[in-house]
Amino acid sequence: MRPGFADPVLDAQAAFRAVMQAMARPGTVQRLAAAPDAPPPIAPAAAAVLLALADADTPLWTDAPEAARGWIAFHTGAPFVAAPEEAAFLLATSAMPPLAGLRAGSDEAPQEGATLIVQVGALRPGAGWRLSGPGIAEAHRLAVAGLPADFPAQWAANAARFPRGVDLVLAAEDALAAFPRTLRIAEEG
Amino acid sequence: MRDPVRSPEGAGAPGAEHRRREPEGRDPHYNFAYLDEATKRMIRRAILKAIAIPGHQIPFGAREMPLPYGWGTGGIQVTASILGPSDVLKVIDQGADDTTNAVSIRRFFARTAGVATTTRTAEATVIQTRHRIPERPLREDQILVFQVPMPEPLFRLEPRLAETRRLHALADYSLAQVKLYEDIAQQGESASSYNHPVLVNGRYLMSPSPIPGFDNPKLDRNPALLLFGAGREKKIYAVPPYTPVKSLDFDDHPFAPMRAPHPCALCGSTTHYLDEIVTDDRGGRMFVCSDTDACAEAAGRAGAAR
Amino acid sequence: MYVAVKGGEAAIEAAHAWLAAARRGDPSVPELGLAQIEQQLALAVDRVMAEGSCHDRGLAALAIKQARGDLIEAAFLLRAYRTTLPRFTPAEPLDTGRMRVLRRISATYKDLPGGQVLGPTFDYTHRLLDFALAAEGAPPPPPAPEAESGVGPMPRVSEILAAEGLMRREPAGEEAPPPDLTREPLRFPAPRPLRLQALARGDEGFLLGLGYSTQRGYGNAHPFVAELRLGEVEVVLCPPELGFPISIGEVTVTECQMVNQFAGAGEAPPQFTRGYGLALGHSERKAMAMALVDRALMARELGEEVLAPAQDEEFVLLHADNVEATGFVEHLKLPHHVDFQSELEKLRSIRARVEAERAAPRAEAAE
Repeated sequence: MRPGFADPVLDAQAAFRAVMQAMARPGTVQRLAAAPDAPPPIAPAAAAVLLALADADTPLWTDAPEAARGWIAFHTGAPFVAAPEEAAFLLATSAMPPLAGLRAGSDEAPQEGATLIVQVGALRPGAGWRLSGPGIAEAHRLAVAGLPADFPAQWAANAARFPRGVDLVLAAEDALAAFPRTLRIAEEG
Repeated sequence: MRDPVRSPEGAGAPGAEHRRREPEGRDPHYNFAYLDEATKRMIRRAILKAIAIPGHQIPFGAREMPLPYGWGTGGIQVTASILGPSDVLKVIDQGADDTTNAVSIRRFFARTAGVATTTRTAEATVIQTRHRIPERPLREDQILVFQVPMPEPLFRLEPRLAETRRLHALADYSLAQVKLYEDIAQQGESASSYNHPVLVNGRYLMSPSPIPGFDNPKLDRNPALLLFGAGREKKIYAVPPYTPVKSLDFDDHPFAPMRAPHPCALCGSTTHYLDEIVTDDRGGRMFVCSDTDACAEAAGRAGAAR
Repeated sequence: MYVAVKGGEAAIEAAHAWLAAARRGDPSVPELGLAQIEQQLALAVDRVMAEGSCHDRGLAALAIKQARGDLIEAAFLLRAYRTTLPRFTPAEPLDTGRMRVLRRISATYKDLPGGQVLGPTFDYTHRLLDFALAAEGAPPPPPAPEAESGVGPMPRVSEILAAEGLMRREPAGEEAPPPDLTREPLRFPAPRPLRLQALARGDEGFLLGLGYSTQRGYGNAHPFVAELRLGEVEVVLCPPELGFPISIGEVTVTECQMVNQFAGAGEAPPQFTRGYGLALGHSERKAMAMALVDRALMARELGEEVLAPAQDEEFVLLHADNVEATGFVEHLKLPHHVDFQSELEKLRSIRARVEAERAAPRAEAAE
């Protein structure tokens, strides 16, 4: 079994702060200095997010293979669920599950919407989509390689049901960015 | 008249040591920043959802802290969950670093997290506050953590939580609008001078915590992340950076922040929020800045100019 | 005087030193030992354990000593300690039917299997100050006489009524395992397990007043003490690693089952309903008041009209916790001068406007 965080307390804090920064400033790319060496295909940044946030109280779905699941279970204690719609946290190492099928919470408890971690090919700030919304002064640009072609349409549908919705963490190697449900994406401009 | 109101160790005292770290370091009897890791994870998950749904109150399993409920336990739990060893922490109560409860909370974190503390707003990465927003504009690399006594902005109008939860779901804020309308009809202006409710990103009505109305405009599109913790009421909420925050008002009666119409007796500021100090029993008053750090800075500038 | 507020660390340290001296009192008087508190102020220890939600007599005694006998402060100390402890696994439900009984009474039957056991009670004592207790150094009282025969099995009174079909069956638990109030906040409407948890750690005085109000017409109560029992019950855990139950020790609890007539509604025939009270330690007043309030809070489930304060679950549950309540009431001692200043300016502004408006018509009239 590969180890988790070298320092479970301080590395978890650093990983959380990176996710918090990413969520508070959508589209900025955060780098994790102390991400764990997770078994493939789990990206170090995705592994750090799970170890920092998942535990016995967070039903977890993932498409990762058995060995990787064993590593997650050992280090987090999170119970796995088979159906994506039952999960509080999801880790997609290959194809992103459709956003419309995930837990979105209710109008009274929108915080019960899921957090989906998607591993992507690359995150390049300064190019690509024009992002706006809370956390962004004017606009921010981010190019993401590896999301489904219809992602902007899926995301617009996710944003339209606010306050219900799913929040996204994008992980590429040791880098991560986040899309809170308030984020607006424009493909051109 | 020379500085009758600042204690010798106060932030305003000239030459005061404004930044320090406990010489013995962190108390090894406690986990880093006191809370256990499972509790931190639960609070961290709540904070992330709070950022994703600006102004919405997230229920969380607040723990008993070694300080009483009502004395900042919500803010302390939020601070404890975000704090890292390289943070520099500032704690203020009523704007001042040397008020007793601010001293007590700062000592708590110096002891349990071993972090550096400061009284300078400019040096802090995390600022925990009760009832004020610092005068000095905050930066993107700063986080302001508010202690919140009553997170529900509608509680005086509707005390039932099951009902206010429904009203927030429907974005039905007519109760608050009617109350404001009645205030204006009866006395010409809003009756609330502090804790005046705000609308966050055009969706959620939010209690800004009991900050004076003077501070409300600072909430709007603030570059810093604003986090709110209510321990006894077990709620966390957030305003992400640059998020539009509008004080509840009417077009023909726009929200008007207030300040005592005097200069500060110490630094001469005509823009900072002021404390009123009774100097005798014959109506004598003096006005001094509530933000001790901003006052010291302004006094320093004034001294240099002379 | 302003320095009192902008006081800083020196003032806090001086206050703490004074507190320590006041706690000790006159040093010529022998210091209280924890064993003395535990043994001779046992009911104070029990109350602190109940409201502190932590069954540990030694720690409760320490908290009472540290709090100078302020029991709410002591409950707070114990809670703040408790919250730092790891949570292993939920215990199996306590089987109070198998309690090692120290006291057991029923008001609904003159006699019943297992009999009435008075135990160590203030009941039937004459409340006359006993000046003999003021004389220290008296020899210890002789041991209490033992019961003539060993105490036999003690079936619960509620089961006697249930066997006849007269007791409302409790609906199966909505959730298994039950929610844990120490890990998640109260939510409304609150399921009964959450309500009972909140009441069990609730303030004895607050519950006493509310329970009393249901007897005086604020709520539709006709209560009988079916049974009140005090004794030791085994705590059993079933750790997932082991897969079989193990006993980890005994706790002292007081349990009260109150029966109430219920007229019946919808499908349900007229029957008895049950209010339930359970408190850590020997806390009869608490267990009884809790049972009254529990029954009042069942109004919603039973289709009764919610009219009285004791039936209003948000009102009862959100105000029963004395650690929360004392914190928020006492936080008013903290400086509020920033808010007060904004109130002053607001009041001055409104006054100025009113005075200007009053002056204006007079000026017009004078022209």
